[in-house]
Amino acid sequence: MELYELTACQAANALAKKEVTACDLTESIYKRIAAVEDKIKGFITVREKQEALSEAVQVQDSLEKGDKLASLRGIPMTLKDNICTLNLPTTCGSKMLQGYYPPYDAHVTEKLQEAGTILVGKSNMDEFAMGSSTENSSFYPTLNPWNQHYVPGGSSGGSAALVAARETFFALGSDTGGSVRQPASLCGVVGFKPTYGLVSRYGLIAFASSLDQIGTLTRDVRDCAMVLDIIAGHDSRDSTSVPREKENYSRDLEKSSSSFRVGIPRECFGQGVEEDVKKAVKRGIEKCQQIGTVIEEISFPHNEHALPAYYLVATAESSSNLARYDGIQYGFRSKKAENLHDLYRKTREEGFGPEVKRRVMLGTYALSSGYYDAYYLKALKVRTIIRKDFEKIFEDHDFVIMPTSPTVAFAMGEKVDDPLTMYLNDIFTVPANLAGLPAISIPCGFSRGLPVGLQVVGRPFDEKRLLQFSYKLESLLQVKDIKPDIAEVGQTDIS
Amino acid sequence: MELQTESKIFCSCPNRFGEKPNTNVCPVCLGLPGSLPVFNKNALELAVKAALALNCQVAYYSKFDRKNYFYPDLPKAYQISQYDYPLAKEGFLDLLKDGHVIRRVIIERLHLEEDAGKLMHDHEKACSYVDFNRCGVPLMEIVTAPDMRSPQEAQLFLESLRRILLYTATSDCKMEEGSLRCDANISLRQHGEKLLGEKVEIKNMNSFRAAFKGLEYEINRQAEILQRNGTISQETRRWDESQGKTYEMRSKEKEHDYRYFPEPDLPPLVLNEAMLARIKKQLPELPVQRASRFIEELGLRPYQAEILISSPALANFFEDTLQHFSEPQIVCNWLLGDILRLLKETGQEIEEVAFTPQYLAELLAVLEKGDISGRSAKEVLEESFKYGSNPRRIIEEKGLAQIDDERELSEAVSQVLIGNPGAVEDYRGGNKKALTFLVGMVMKQTKGQANPKIVMNLLRSELDGEN
Repeated sequence: MELYELTACQAANALAKKEVTACDLTESIYKRIAAVEDKIKGFITVREKQEALSEAVQVQDSLEKGDKLASLRGIPMTLKDNICTLNLPTTCGSKMLQGYYPPYDAHVTEKLQEAGTILVGKSNMDEFAMGSSTENSSFYPTLNPWNQHYVPGGSSGGSAALVAARETFFALGSDTGGSVRQPASLCGVVGFKPTYGLVSRYGLIAFASSLDQIGTLTRDVRDCAMVLDIIAGHDSRDSTSVPREKENYSRDLEKSSSSFRVGIPRECFGQGVEEDVKKAVKRGIEKCQQIGTVIEEISFPHNEHALPAYYLVATAESSSNLARYDGIQYGFRSKKAENLHDLYRKTREEGFGPEVKRRVMLGTYALSSGYYDAYYLKALKVRTIIRKDFEKIFEDHDFVIMPTSPTVAFAMGEKVDDPLTMYLNDIFTVPANLAGLPAISIPCGFSRGLPVGLQVVGRPFDEKRLLQFSYKLESLLQVKDIKPDIAEVGQTDIS
Repeated sequence: MELQTESKIFCSCPNRFGEKPNTNVCPVCLGLPGSLPVFNKNALELAVKAALALNCQVAYYSKFDRKNYFYPDLPKAYQISQYDYPLAKEGFLDLLKDGHVIRRVIIERLHLEEDAGKLMHDHEKACSYVDFNRCGVPLMEIVTAPDMRSPQEAQLFLESLRRILLYTATSDCKMEEGSLRCDANISLRQHGEKLLGEKVEIKNMNSFRAAFKGLEYEINRQAEILQRNGTISQETRRWDESQGKTYEMRSKEKEHDYRYFPEPDLPPLVLNEAMLARIKKQLPELPVQRASRFIEELGLRPYQAEILISSPALANFFEDTLQHFSEPQIVCNWLLGDILRLLKETGQEIEEVAFTPQYLAELLAVLEKGDISGRSAKEVLEESFKYGSNPRRIIEEKGLAQIDDERELSEAVSQVLIGNPGAVEDYRGGNKKALTFLVGMVMKQTKGQANPKIVMNLLRSELDGEN
């Protein structure tokens, strides 16, 4: 067995037992990258191997001095390319920020560095996190490790594919409307979006500020809890970061308390959801019943309004957040301009892709005077209603289970010209963002050889119990060790 | 108005004027991707203080909004401001003239926002530069109701506002550094009409004087149009100081659509009773209250009180002097006379000079005792003002102490009488003015140090006694 096949937790244990070194792990990851990255294209930037290795040497030294402060010390990892890194370009998957080096590290970058993890690269994404397939990357699409004719989902498609392809032990993504959970579902890995405010957004390049939340992509629930232990916690540089006592999520993970009550919204198993997806999720729900979980069908009455409300709030905020990219201070600048206004216009014309332009225009329209009340304000009202729906459900339920995505991975190019169908992919993930709730996607089965994800949504800041429950469910599902078979370079494809 | 906080409103960069361009910046005030604002609580304290001093209702709930517009000096392409829930509302400011309220101006709202950077244009090289140092400097915007009726009242309003902000130490109000700026809206109506006509906004008036002149110009411009039966259209105009004219900037149709929406990066501002009570307690005595105390308790005339309170430092100087020399009228006369003149000559503010209230009190005490002459006192004041030295030392060094000794003075008197027989004749012949001449001669003889009262008595007894 190769080292890169270990989970982050297993690798950390092997380090602690001195069976391997941080350099061994790093070497193994770089070997895997060399072997399969051409097939996956999950990275935008791969860090210089020598740099990562010299960091691994330092971490190994501190490990040998008995420094066991953080449990993921020495573990190679990847950040989505909208998370600022001082020493690596941060492009947001956009030509607009090609070659941009931020002058500071994001809060999570600092935290992971302090914890001794080793950054190996920055992952591919839909431009400015706008998309559900990673086909909107300005550079190239990422391919699904289970079948390279299919998309990995998005917008954190690079992060999800890299974890699934074992090119990294874990990765961070960002989730505005499902951008961590949906690709996790499509790539067969665990994707977790924490409660809004649990992880600092400082240094996460904004798409829609009131919805954006940094999340984790990991091989399993234990790894998820371990990464969350590092990145969660109050940060005074983000005013929406919530000051509360730090919890330990990985401790007592296996100690799921008494039985839980889980609600299943009947609206999530209707039209538009693939039969195999329904079947796989229902199998997961049956597993829950076997361990004494009370399952109840519930109604989520305003679910149908969540998606339009989401696309109004998100586009409105993005139209404001993206207005700063003008080619003056940093990033891409058009070389064809003849005067200042031409420079702004051409820089945006050439720097932004079609989906970004579409959303900026939609958002600008929704905020315009005369339309604000009909669109943006109404969307805010729907948002409040969705939040109240959840509050009501959580009065007598601990969790809500639904599919993460209505379909498994779709073929490359299949939906790229049909934005509305593409947007429908987010139908089950956006409610958690609108309400700011924690939600996790865990692999629960397969359809036509492609993974299906099951989503568990919890109460605000109830991560501890949500992860305990997910850990138990994951062990019952028994799919987590099934891995994609990617032909390595030099190997012949036999099909 | 810029608030005089230590640091900027949404980051920890110092709030300072006059630094080298683009040195006082960080990822937050540069609006770099991924940066987030953190609200400076100190700006809130100062704004609440100003709001209370302006008799406003401070809101227990207010919030920040994004005002979206694209301009090269605004790196985020939106300004964080407050739109529908401002920090404070419904205040007022009374305009005083000769101790009477001549107008109550309603303050409609007061809100917080961040400043933008500064553009500099090099016309020779045909290029522009941008300095982001000012980005994120805390601003407080005040909007009044259409209550002022003349450019004079507008100027008086600005002066009164400035005074309150100085008193509460919330803004240094230096128009030349841009820490106090104003836009004025003006609309005319026919005599007897109730409704105001279309309003025109004037921008770029960079001094109180400019505001006055801009408004005066605009009244004439609009009146002329109306008299020709023309119509005024709602627009924004720009004051050009060198031309003394306003020019059209943009019409109503071309007004920006700022696409305001709630700032998602900042939580709402929620204040509580205790905080308001604490800030209220810190409020100093305000200018109008101080003026009436000067009038009622110290017997000053209204115009004197108004000048004294025009700057908190001047009023403080006055009251500090009274601690050591308790004659309000005399202290006031000296302050409003010689000291204001000296300040004007040197172009200084009272708080910048080394001359102290103790010095003034000492000088006035010496003068009152008759130890020096009035003229010498003025000389000592100038000296002490200029070099910040102790007046007693100046009197000693210059030998300016008044000669009261009758024996010493009798000698000078006899010499003058002998030397000016003509004047003696005149006096005895009934020309009483000759006495003034003779006193003057004795003063000259004694280099101005003689006590003129004693000299007068000695001369009289000499001249009249021989009669």
